[in-house]
Amino acid sequence: MPQGLPTGALEDALLMRAPFWVLVFPLVGFIVLALFGDAMKREGKSNWGGYIASAMALASFACAALSVSRLMTLLPGEQGLRFAQPYLGFEWIDVADFRVPLNLLVDPLSAVMILVVTGIGSLIHIYSIGYMHEDEDRVRFFSYLNLFLFFMLVLVLGGSLPLMFVGWEGVGLCSYLLIGFWYKKQSASDAGKKAFVVNRIGDAGLILGMVMAFTWFGTLDLVELAENAGSKPAEGWLVFGPLTLVALALFVGACGKSAQIPLHVWLPDAMEGPTPVSALIHAATMVTAGVYMVCRLAPIYSQSETAMAVVAGLGCATAVIAATIALVQTDIKKVLAYSTVSQLGYMFLAAGVGAFGVAIFHLVTHAFFKALLFLGSGSVIHAMHHEQDMRKMGGLRKHIPWTHWTFAIGTAAIAGVPFLSGFYSKDAILAAAHHHHHTLLFGLGLATALMTAFYMSRLYFLTFWGEFRGGHEAEHHLHESPWSMVGVLVVLAVGAIFGGYIPIPAIVAPVFRLPIVEEAHDLLVPVLATSAGLLGIAAAWYAYVKQPDLPAKVAASARGLQRVLEAKWGFDLAFDWFSSKVVVAGSDSLLWKRVDAGLIDGAVNGAGSVVDAISRGARGFQTGLVRGYALVIFGGAVLLLSYLLWI
Amino acid sequence: MGASNYLLSLLLLLPLVGAIVIALSPRANVGLQKTLGMAFSLAAFAVSLLLVSGFQPIAEMQFVERYEWIPAYGISFHLGIDGISLWLVILTTFLTPIALLGSWSSIADRVKEFNVFMLLLEVGMLGVFFALDLFVFYIFWEAMLIPMYFLIGIWGHGRRIYAAVKFFLYTMAGSVLMLVAFLVLYKETGAVGFGLAELLQRPVEPGLQFWLFLAFALAFAIKVPMFPFHTWLPDAHVEAPTAGSVILAGVLLKMGGYGFLRLAMPLFPQAAMEMAPWIALLAVIGIVYGALVSLVQPDMKKLVAYSSVSHLGFVMLGVAAFSTTSVTGAVYQMLNHGISTGALFLMVGMLYDRRHTRDIAEFGGLKTVMPWFSALFLMVGLSSIAVPGFNGFVGEFLILVGSWRAFPGYVIVASLGVILAAAYMLWMIQRVLYGEVTNPKNEKLADLTPRELVVLLPLLFLAVYMGIFSPQFTRTIEPSVAALVRDVRAAGAPVHNAAALPAPAPAR
Repeated sequence: MPQGLPTGALEDALLMRAPFWVLVFPLVGFIVLALFGDAMKREGKSNWGGYIASAMALASFACAALSVSRLMTLLPGEQGLRFAQPYLGFEWIDVADFRVPLNLLVDPLSAVMILVVTGIGSLIHIYSIGYMHEDEDRVRFFSYLNLFLFFMLVLVLGGSLPLMFVGWEGVGLCSYLLIGFWYKKQSASDAGKKAFVVNRIGDAGLILGMVMAFTWFGTLDLVELAENAGSKPAEGWLVFGPLTLVALALFVGACGKSAQIPLHVWLPDAMEGPTPVSALIHAATMVTAGVYMVCRLAPIYSQSETAMAVVAGLGCATAVIAATIALVQTDIKKVLAYSTVSQLGYMFLAAGVGAFGVAIFHLVTHAFFKALLFLGSGSVIHAMHHEQDMRKMGGLRKHIPWTHWTFAIGTAAIAGVPFLSGFYSKDAILAAAHHHHHTLLFGLGLATALMTAFYMSRLYFLTFWGEFRGGHEAEHHLHESPWSMVGVLVVLAVGAIFGGYIPIPAIVAPVFRLPIVEEAHDLLVPVLATSAGLLGIAAAWYAYVKQPDLPAKVAASARGLQRVLEAKWGFDLAFDWFSSKVVVAGSDSLLWKRVDAGLIDGAVNGAGSVVDAISRGARGFQTGLVRGYALVIFGGAVLLLSYLLWI
Repeated sequence: MGASNYLLSLLLLLPLVGAIVIALSPRANVGLQKTLGMAFSLAAFAVSLLLVSGFQPIAEMQFVERYEWIPAYGISFHLGIDGISLWLVILTTFLTPIALLGSWSSIADRVKEFNVFMLLLEVGMLGVFFALDLFVFYIFWEAMLIPMYFLIGIWGHGRRIYAAVKFFLYTMAGSVLMLVAFLVLYKETGAVGFGLAELLQRPVEPGLQFWLFLAFALAFAIKVPMFPFHTWLPDAHVEAPTAGSVILAGVLLKMGGYGFLRLAMPLFPQAAMEMAPWIALLAVIGIVYGALVSLVQPDMKKLVAYSSVSHLGFVMLGVAAFSTTSVTGAVYQMLNHGISTGALFLMVGMLYDRRHTRDIAEFGGLKTVMPWFSALFLMVGLSSIAVPGFNGFVGEFLILVGSWRAFPGYVIVASLGVILAAAYMLWMIQRVLYGEVTNPKNEKLADLTPRELVVLLPLLFLAVYMGIFSPQFTRTIEPSVAALVRDVRAAGAPVHNAAALPAPAPAR
């Protein structure tokens, strides 16, 4: 970026170039695989797809690590934000005062994000080599995976909102392609379409947010927005001042991408995609984009009490409601999906109470343990020959020990067992809610923690403990996954254990440009949080290992609640009804058949008939009788004459 | 630069001469006729590129030519282009050979006449974009109708006669009013002639402006087409041969927006500013209505036709909002629509060539049998629904950003179009490409031929190129637009300040 660098901008030769290479590798991988995928398939070299894509992901990770380590060495010891804005040298859009240069933003926040994306992304690429090795179309799969990586990196590195939006819609597109990867399945292509359309609802909000932000702040550059955030009032028309309107419109986008109520309906369906996709896109990276955006715009959000209340409130509501739905799911991936929705709500809860750094902290630890859990479930599904119903599992710990142990670690981490990663980030969120005296949010957060521990332990016990319920034939085929998959599980398990020791909130704090609040440490929150977690685990153990017939009894006694939860609180029903009965049926029978064909075209054709009828009538005058003509001529002459005389 | 003084005449003459040569060629030699049509249209394209290289990014008319024609009435053959028309000219010369190559094998009957009409159509379209004299404009405007009428009427499908007549009468109804308005204008301004520059010097009194603007606006609104004057479009598209649809959607629909910008708004600035909120209202209704009706179409061509109503609603919203950003976006979006929708019609035509149906329900699972077609179809669809990275997004976003100050409520409603576009496009793509191959007739469909690839790749390349390097186009568009916006706003709002346009009940 030329002319007048903003405060804190670094001019470092390496940081001006290396971030672009982070983007280039996965893009090249996509192009190569897209163009030569057919040839590879023909030559029987489909395995190359996985190798090439993984190599590109790793190369991208290396460049990311290089950039981040460079940035870290340049960070000053004291407080203060340092960042680099590599500029590609030309504008993407440049009309009148609306200008979008192609520039990136490398600061502590995007540094954390690119490490998560490329790091976990690389692991999942490697895992997929094993997971997808029997799929004929795996080259196509890996090309999409590389393309996703590219767009996700554009999203977190883009230096302005429009560039972020390029990544934003790009990852949505890849998500669409990967959910519908097995396109011959109706349910898969349905789910892909639903994901894209629901996301577009959010995107429309995001577009409006950008339009308003540009109108009122005169810029969409992320650094300039952060600097100018205070220039517009948060309140105006009632509580809706420019700042608040921008924040709320953008938050609609965040709700779409990060699956917050009521736009969460696409994420559980997205489990139609191959499991590595669920791990990478629908747990660790893409769905956290909304959290990233809200935190990225913390200088704006933090100045609008209304927007913060909405973010925290909706996040909390999503956390609770999704957790209740997860309690009754029987599909192993659906439990994880609702769990993801719930955990994303947790992150918004953190952001909404002003703990942006903690939100990112939970984003990172969640990326580790949820990727681990999804890949672990993939390993289970792999062993079970694509069976996902937990009621047909059980006792798997003897057959797939590595998967079992790593999965146990992931479960413990998400449940908040002390000294694992989830414990630290979750504790920090609850502490933030507590310190800001949001008693209700704190209470609901605690309840969610309890439910989370319960449903995750339920999943774990149903899958790995007790007796195998899938029949002898299936039991005979149970097998541990290949080393490429198990190895990845082990690496992620290490991350799930130790991820909590990375001081993420301190690293990213300068980005938010907020005064640092000294946090008072009391024992109340960790004790309550730990008790909730352990209680949930114990209850699940009692209900699913000790007394396995208890859940049925409980369900029988609370039939109504059971039904509500199994119907997922009716959100999907409402969406389906609205789209098919109102939008499609209304467009068809009312707009198209009545208004378009009936009214408008009817009027047009009617006008045609009138002309036609007049012509037919006029034809009657041409009788060929000279006397008749003479009469008309005479009459006309009289009329004309009288007219002329009269005026 | 002697030759550049005659570039526009040369561009009109090349296809005209081509049409004459083909008309004189032996009827039996179909190959020669096709080759000649292609050669002349390519030559015109090559010559038009000289316009780009010689064009200065300034507001003034360039490559101006002027010949006295009927001096008694002050009519002269006055040609020129500026930033608004430059790229529309290129779009025309670019799409004509593409459309010819696209129907290389599907038009087997009366090949000679087909090529003649296509080239004559090109002459008409270029003439409209070049004309700086209202009389000349009108001549080309009407001349353009005739070849299109025959293209639909002769090479069209089942209800071609109905569609052709409907197309013709609809457009004629509008243009007759425009002709009357021309004559009134000629009288009112003291019969200085029909030269645009002269007429702009003599503004009409506001009361009359209103009626004249209305007459112009109706003619152009039918052409766009704006809701509720759009019902000729689905019929015309469905019945037209592929090449006709491509040109119709690609270029002819741009004439309306162009007419607003070139004639209606600068000639009647006060009326234009007064009526802008109503135009914006119809535009926004068109965006949502077109998308909703598109959603439920069983016929692929109709679906694309209604989607055009929606897309051109965006264009007209940008025109009505009348800021430099929104109008530049509107002009850019006209180009984008020409490319994406042109490609969509070509691809639907390729399916029609194979299966002789465009019924969505007849297809399904094509991704298995036609992987390359499917990949390209998806990309073209994405460019049409304005996914960033493709051209459509830049235009749409510029329109929305530039329209907010004038019509915030409408911009919010327009954003519904963004959602609905994804719904109708992806639903069609799902039903055509995904799933199992259920219809045995689809099992042996051939993937794209090399000829078809040659037709599609340039369009796809442009869709991506224009999505990433938009300033290479907008920098030449913007100066002319900025001057136009400045002049019209200055002349149009003597009482209040121009920024505060009255809006009819903002639909929040």
